[in-house]
Amino acid sequence: MLKTSGKREFGWNVGGKCLPEIIKVLDKLSAKRSLRNTIYLSSIIIFFTLILIPPILGVIMKWGEMEQVLSQPKLMGEALNAIGNSLWVAIFVSAIDLAAGIPMAWLIARGRSKWLNVIDTFVDIPFIVPTATLGYSLLLFWSEDGLSSLFGKSLISPGWLLVILLHFTFSYPVVTRVMVGALLDYKLEYEQASRTLGASPLTAARTVTLPILKPSMIASFILAFARSISETGATMMVAGTAFINGPLFIKKYHDLNQNGPLVFVSFILIVIASLIFIIIKLLGPRLKLPVRKVWPNAERKLSSSGVTASRNGLALLIFFALILIPSLFVAFPAFKAIFGGTTLSQALSGSGVWREYWQSIILTYFLGGVVTLINMIIGLPMAIAIARKTFGELPSIILDVLVNIPLVVPSVALGASLSIFWKNFGFLPEMGPLIFAHMAITYPYFVRSMSAAIERINVNLEEAARTLGAKPFAVFRTIVFPLTKYSMLSGAIMVFTRSVSETGATMVVSNLVTAPVLLVNWVKSGVPTTILGLGCGFLILFSFIILLILRLIVRGREVY
Amino acid sequence: MPDVRLVNVTKTYGKIVAVDNVSIHVHDKEYFALLGPSGCGKTTLLRLIAGLIKPDKGEIYIGNRLVNDVPPEDRDVGFVFQTFALFPHMNVWDNVIYGPRVKGFDMKKAKRIGHEVLEMVRLHERLDAFPNELSGGMMQRIAVARALAAGAKLLLLDEPLGQLDAKVRNELRYEIRKMTKDLGLTAIHVTHDQAEAMAISDRIAVMKKGKILQVGTPEELYMNPKSIFVAHFIGESNFLEGYVAEINDKTITVELRNGIKVETINKTTEELKKGERVVIALRPETLKVQREIRKGKNAVLGVIERMTFEGTNVRYEIRLENEDLVILTRPSLTGKWYKIGEKVTVSFPSEKAHIFTYPKVGLREELAVE
Repeated sequence: MLKTSGKREFGWNVGGKCLPEIIKVLDKLSAKRSLRNTIYLSSIIIFFTLILIPPILGVIMKWGEMEQVLSQPKLMGEALNAIGNSLWVAIFVSAIDLAAGIPMAWLIARGRSKWLNVIDTFVDIPFIVPTATLGYSLLLFWSEDGLSSLFGKSLISPGWLLVILLHFTFSYPVVTRVMVGALLDYKLEYEQASRTLGASPLTAARTVTLPILKPSMIASFILAFARSISETGATMMVAGTAFINGPLFIKKYHDLNQNGPLVFVSFILIVIASLIFIIIKLLGPRLKLPVRKVWPNAERKLSSSGVTASRNGLALLIFFALILIPSLFVAFPAFKAIFGGTTLSQALSGSGVWREYWQSIILTYFLGGVVTLINMIIGLPMAIAIARKTFGELPSIILDVLVNIPLVVPSVALGASLSIFWKNFGFLPEMGPLIFAHMAITYPYFVRSMSAAIERINVNLEEAARTLGAKPFAVFRTIVFPLTKYSMLSGAIMVFTRSVSETGATMVVSNLVTAPVLLVNWVKSGVPTTILGLGCGFLILFSFIILLILRLIVRGREVY
Repeated sequence: MPDVRLVNVTKTYGKIVAVDNVSIHVHDKEYFALLGPSGCGKTTLLRLIAGLIKPDKGEIYIGNRLVNDVPPEDRDVGFVFQTFALFPHMNVWDNVIYGPRVKGFDMKKAKRIGHEVLEMVRLHERLDAFPNELSGGMMQRIAVARALAAGAKLLLLDEPLGQLDAKVRNELRYEIRKMTKDLGLTAIHVTHDQAEAMAISDRIAVMKKGKILQVGTPEELYMNPKSIFVAHFIGESNFLEGYVAEINDKTITVELRNGIKVETINKTTEELKKGERVVIALRPETLKVQREIRKGKNAVLGVIERMTFEGTNVRYEIRLENEDLVILTRPSLTGKWYKIGEKVTVSFPSEKAHIFTYPKVGLREELAVE
């Protein structure tokens, strides 16, 4: 028998002498089918009991209050109008996300400049700015101090246009991220074949590359759509008084202690969004992109280096002018604080408002860390079960659709229904509902990322390992884990950043003050812009550093 | 007309020199093979010709036109990928008329060409099928048909038969050659299979580590290999190690291990000196094996060490008294088979032996194909 040292055996170097023994026991245990099924089953039970049912049950428990809406035609009309607004904004924004995100993803994935790596990291910024702060930042930029100060008047007043700009800002990174990953994974040979057959670069991209990447385009569309339809915290900041969508409608009546609109709108949004998912899942593969018609001369001209450079320039301009600068605008006064005045020293010494700030920062990152860890543990078996169809074809499809539901429930409704649900468990510490709410909101990101990654692994590799004598757990840690660790990290990054920036649900579900909630409170109480800017600046900087370190570990080899 | 000229072409990836100062001339209507072990740079060379990558140095001409800065779509080449790269979202018909379509041919003409090429590869009845519904051989024929439909006069084939079963491979290689000859095309065919290259090519360029070692017809390469690697890679060779004992204008006498002397005709282009370490390469069919123990010119004693029945032939491994091992095959139906342990005499005519300086990196390293 060959003897290997403990360290080599595991693939990860933790622990001392007892770890090899533990691993050996786990290997042995994993051979028991009943135990494996128990793990898969428990992960599904946990998904239903902690992630899926609480928000839905919260709605069902107040089902009777739906009468409030049904019996008042005026309220009903308002509700339907709000739902309609949510839907058209989500569809419109997801469409322009694709139009603007694909050229940018193309530039990042195919460009040769080293600067593109930096820009690639900047794309994530709207992810890490707390959602409500993002909304406030856009409000400042477009309507109050930013661009508007140049023109001497408010450039874009709060309302539907600003809502669209905001939703575009926070959903753009989702599309760009997914498409960069897809383009990096894409087998270039198809495009090269098309070029040698006489197609210009644009024709090749339009008739070959994009149709082949259609599944990724659909996936990114769904993510952007879900993000837009559920967002509350930021939208609140920019919607003004004339425009109302689903989540705002819920928030308005929730603040008046009326749960009827919440139940009604949440229910309708969940049903419509689930229907849209199912329709896209069923019809997506049949959706044909127009590849037959070609305009050789026009497309050739549009492929010229001049046009390509202009397209890249426009992609960068859109990114900087509509995404990056508006997202960071709220933090700009931080520079004033750094280069003068006493704000920075006060902040660092933790005096006055800063005491609560640092506490909230610690709470935010602690919460983010705990939620990420739990979701990884409970999400992994679920991801495997979906990817490997452990319980059969149909259950796998159903689970895949159900996992998306927390994404489409408006975050304020999620928070409200969770608080209704968890109120029945008064013995839980205050932190409990907060953790559960964040788990529910972020769970889909990890499971989606992992199940897609596991699906990409050829089953033969796992089977080969089994025939070579590896027990199921050994197969996981020697084959599946090394091949998916980048996706695992990427999924974890998404969970973490989403948790750290979450505002809407956090405000409703708990009295604990996380950093995003504190920043919203600051905005409401009108603290000086230098303090607010510095507060936002720190949060963005910390998250950015964490992201950058994780990205260096990932080293761009796989993107989520 | 599409002859292809490469002048001092170099392509590097970081520190790796994939193509090292290569110059070749492929004639119009020629079937030309780029042959070499994996990683020798042959596919890189093909991609340079197609315009899928750009050279760091040197010039590439297709039909007298310098194409260094011409994008692939304007080079009028047909490229057949090893994986075929049939567009998975299009059926056979749409794949085949993709070239005419993107080149802006009118639809009538595009359809006519589509029908013609599908007729040619005998897959007319499968035009509604998607690539994942076709066998490897069918995919290969569609990939060729697609390249032809685009109107290419120069066909670039990157290991086009590499993914197919042996039987299908043997059938298709002659089919591809016939098609290109019938249509008067120039073809450059990349392969690592010397038998395939020998069977179909007018001329072959043997590559190793980014360099072209020798260009010639299959016969020239087989009969007059200019280097020990070509002698080994084209066909089979047995190698005897020794030192130059005597040298004159006509002959070279080589002393093998254990003091055994053999003689070769002096036709080498290398400058050999007395006492220099050399290797003699011998084609298996030039070796004569006899039962009786015989002394004479170029006769070396040996023992049958292994015998393998291969159907048509019997393969023998014979350990010579100078400790080198020679391998040869004999038709299984003629003569009596030798037994393991049997003592024999192996001899060869002086004019059939090729002599080379002993490689600096060692014989094993020089012959390594991985």
